[in-house]
Parts: sequence; C-alpha cells; structure tokens
Amino acid sequence: MKSSVIIFPGSNCDRDMDVALKKFGFKNQMIWHNDNSIPKSDLIVLPGGFSYGDYLRCGSIASKSKIIKSVIDFANSGGLVLGVCNGFQILTETGLLPGILQQNKYLNFICRNVFVKVKDKQNKYFKDIKKNILELHIAHNEGNYFCSNDEMKSLEDNNQIAVTYCNKNGDESDENNPNGAIKNIAGIFNNKKNVLGMMPHPERMIDKYLSGEDGSLFFENLLRNLN
Amino acid sequence: MIIKVIVTLKNGVLDPQGKAIQQTLNGMNFSSVNDVRQGKFFEINVNENDETKAKLQVEDMCKKLLANLVIEDYKIL
Repeated sequence: MKSSVIIFPGSNCDRDMDVALKKFGFKNQMIWHNDNSIPKSDLIVLPGGFSYGDYLRCGSIASKSKIIKSVIDFANSGGLVLGVCNGFQILTETGLLPGILQQNKYLNFICRNVFVKVKDKQNKYFKDIKKNILELHIAHNEGNYFCSNDEMKSLEDNNQIAVTYCNKNGDESDENNPNGAIKNIAGIFNNKKNVLGMMPHPERMIDKYLSGEDGSLFFENLLRNLN
Repeated sequence: MIIKVIVTLKNGVLDPQGKAIQQTLNGMNFSSVNDVRQGKFFEINVNENDETKAKLQVEDMCKKLLANLVIEDYKIL
C-alpha cells in the first residue's frame, strides 16, 4: 500500500507519521505543499503541526495551498484522506469535513494522553479494530470542535462521529472532555467515511516501551482493511 | 484604496479569549464590564478606484478566506 504525507511549512509531525506508516508496511512518500500533484496513493495524510504558523485561523492558509486541490480531488473520488491534529483543522477549512476547531475552552495548550471511544466501525479506519477504547496522545491549542446544529444532526444521523473523548472505562462525561469539544468529539468522518479528521495522534503511540501501542492497533488495522 | 474589515465571532459562539479579558478587566476594578468579544481587524489595499467594486471583491475574500462562516461574521467598514 502506498501513502503520501503532505508537508506544509510549519508541519512538525510529518516525520513521525512517516516513521509510523513505514513501520506498519506502507510505502510512504513525502510531498511538498508547493507540488502540483500527488503520486498514486492509497492513503493521503495531512500531518500535525502549525502549518503557515497558524496564521489567520489554524489550517486556513494550508487549505488554499497549491497541493490541496489534488487532495480534494482525491477525497472526492473516494480516496482515503487522514488528517491528524493540524491536518484535521486543514480538512475543516477545505470544507471536506464540516465544522471548525476552535481554541480550547480553558485557553491552555494541552499535551497529554487521553482515551477515545471508537463510535463507528463501518469504515476502513476502524473496521474490526481490536479495542473500542484507545489511549492516544493529544497536543493542541485549538481542538475544541464546533459545528452548527444542522451539521451536528447530519453527523449523528450518518454515524460520522468517529471518536469521542472518554476515560479508560468509556465514560464520556464532561470531566473527560479535555478541550470543550461539542459532544466530546475528537474525530469525525465525511459522509462517505473516506475522509477522517481527528485531534489525537496515533503516530505517537506506536512503541511498546515509550508510549503504548494503541496507535499501532490503528495503523495495523487500517493496513489490513486496505489490503 | 484601502478597505477595512472586522471579523468577529458570531453571537452564541464561545469566545474564551474574550471571557479571559473580561475577567481580567473585572479584576482590575473595571466592574462595569459585562462582556468582551474579541475579533480581527484587516486593512486591505485593493488596486481599484471604485469603492463599490473594491468592496465587492473584499466581500468575496471574506467569504472565501478571511472569515470562517461557521463561527464568524464579517463587517466591511
């Protein structure tokens, strides 16, 4: 399986994502934001970081960059696009995903492990994943997901909520919501479920000794579903 | 000509920075402050002499880039 990670000026999780994808068997290539096209890929990843210094709004400048038209075309033709953290913010700014990531409710940059509950398995990312609750890492200042009531209704009606913040037992109450995101949303799909945006970083949880391996479960599972 | 734009959060959208500023002002004994909303201000120099045409262009810019209409409103001054 071939993957492509897009690098924007200010991306800083691109190499971590490259390491993770290669570890689980993807043939990954790194694509510069100013390129015109993306080589044939089974998966495109928009990595975390601070693309264009988070100027204007997080992800807004990247969502108009030269390479992004190819990403949108790929997504619209059914290709898998994963946006993590700043990648999620970029996906909302392109309009591929509804809503927006606002500043965290308590104005603090949050960098810690969280638990998320997998809410939908009828998709390539989470089908047959071995755990329903994953321990992943978040590191963001703007992860407070917000959308209009109509968009929320449509997300719920089509099972587009991918993962929600919870505790290790799956409790989704307010105290387990790190950033104020509406309905504890940590990640969502588009309505065809080929585009996934999420704040937690699976690529940071792929080492038994350093971090735990719930990110490994995510990548192994995705690769298995693509084969 | 220079066109000025203000982008603000829509009413009802949580503005944590505005809230923090309000609480700080209250703490500084500006007890009359009930609410603060923070926004962005742009001065856009457009190569256009006709004000109506310039503002039309800026409106398009607001919709496509300067404001995210999910949570923000824009006002062209």
